[in-house]
Amino acid sequence: MNAFLDVLVQILSQPSILVALIALVGLLLQRKAAADLMKGTVKTFVGFLVLSAGAGVVVASLDPFGRMFSEVFGVQGVVPNNEAIVGPVLQEYGTVAALIFFFGMILNVVLARLTRFKYIYLSGHVALYQSAMIAVILMVAGFSPVEAVIWGSIAEAVITTVSPAVVQPFMRRVTGNDKVALGHTGGFGIALSGLVAKATGGDPEKSTEKLSVPRSLGFVRDSTIVVALSMGLIFVVVALVAGPAYVQTEISDGQNYLLWAVMSAGQFAAGVFIILAGVRVILAEIVPAFKGISEKLVPNAKPALDVPITFTFAPNAVMVGFFSSLVAGILGMAVMGVAGSAVIIPGIVAHFMTGGASGVIGNAVGGRRGAVLGSFANGLLITVVPLLLLPVLGEIGTANSTFGDSDYGVIGLYLGWLGMAGGQLLIVAGIVAAVLALFGASAIMGRRQGRRAAEPETVPV
Amino acid sequence: MKFMAMCSSGLGSSFMVHMNIDSALSSIGASGVEVDHADLGSAAPADADVFFVGKDLENSVGEFGDVVILDSIIDQDELVAKVREACERHGIPTTA
Repeated sequence: MNAFLDVLVQILSQPSILVALIALVGLLLQRKAAADLMKGTVKTFVGFLVLSAGAGVVVASLDPFGRMFSEVFGVQGVVPNNEAIVGPVLQEYGTVAALIFFFGMILNVVLARLTRFKYIYLSGHVALYQSAMIAVILMVAGFSPVEAVIWGSIAEAVITTVSPAVVQPFMRRVTGNDKVALGHTGGFGIALSGLVAKATGGDPEKSTEKLSVPRSLGFVRDSTIVVALSMGLIFVVVALVAGPAYVQTEISDGQNYLLWAVMSAGQFAAGVFIILAGVRVILAEIVPAFKGISEKLVPNAKPALDVPITFTFAPNAVMVGFFSSLVAGILGMAVMGVAGSAVIIPGIVAHFMTGGASGVIGNAVGGRRGAVLGSFANGLLITVVPLLLLPVLGEIGTANSTFGDSDYGVIGLYLGWLGMAGGQLLIVAGIVAAVLALFGASAIMGRRQGRRAAEPETVPV
Repeated sequence: MKFMAMCSSGLGSSFMVHMNIDSALSSIGASGVEVDHADLGSAAPADADVFFVGKDLENSVGEFGDVVILDSIIDQDELVAKVREACERHGIPTTA
């Protein structure tokens, strides 16, 4: 009997098998035919293994970079790229992460049903990454895997319900309706952009869309190209500073130092590409099931979707926002360099996605000034957040990449700092407090709406 | 017959449009259309018969054949209309 249980635990501890089972549950709930059940389950299983393979490629390219950077600059150099960090995290904590992701989705639906925050977080990929981060922080804080899954799922459900809610006032301005929300881990940074745009009083009439932005910048929409080029630049610059002697003897085993830099950067981009391919396959069966179930269980559900939904509303604002956010990131990196802390190298994809959306929202609230200043604020936030997150990620924090979006900071620092201050007990208290606050806010909103509906119509003065 | 939704990462928005195309197709009673999604970088012109992208990507799709540009990737009415047109263009019968 013991031997059987032992094997069972071994099987379920394989995250690839676990996500395949999650997909199976989703397919069963949609009453799919047997052939589809088999296809979906097997594909998801293999998809996870593809992701793991990609993780290996990324780590192989970043490790020598990290060594070179520390040797040359004396401090840790960190690249915030969600795919790059999630690969190793899923290899180490994959089972806990997958379960937090799964139960987090279920609890998201429960919270949407029970409160006035009817947001169903459909951006599966970032929900998965966020679950992975929560898994790391809780395990590092000392929770057992079972405890981590319980409290982690609740935390994940809370952040995936709250993040769309804080951006929603601004999303309403951009989309002109209240039917769609933003479901992305850049949510808090994007909401900050809206607030900054409001505070700096720009004129929404002076819109970025009245400017003309060069068309040739279209290539930034291809993430493989952007990652390869930006990492190429970074690797080459650091290699130049390190010098041919160092690189060729310590790192590249004799290969010409600049060639090595270019090949390693390409390898990094290749690894990210492979990870993305794996994530795409993993989610292909799981997200439609989640969407279908939430539509049945939560009337008036508002889908919370990925950042590019904002891009079509103001394409110029996307570019303005990207550049402004990136400038903030570069400035932040320079300040860190001077201050001697670990250096956060600007994460181009994060600056594009969150900076772009910040630009659109900043523009909707405050025109050109709003777009520029709002995205700049977002850029600063996503530069500072990874730095602050490093200590709470344990050994993963000594990796050469980290999570790049604002929400990782919000939930990560909330849990991480509580953990450092008061251990597991304080973390649990913090999670319970957050859930209560959510229900409280919902109740207050409900009472306010009820009161407004009950008041007699008054003539505006 | 294959329709493909594309975006820059091949994950978030293209997946969403993929699911929306699925519901658009069932709402107009079209069948026999396979739907998938991908990122701009890995999609090739031979991968599908019709490609759907958001307006912000209209300058990045030169190499693809039949491209449908969406003014808003969250407007289901627009998508249903354009899916219907795509079906008509390719001889897919619709019942609704």
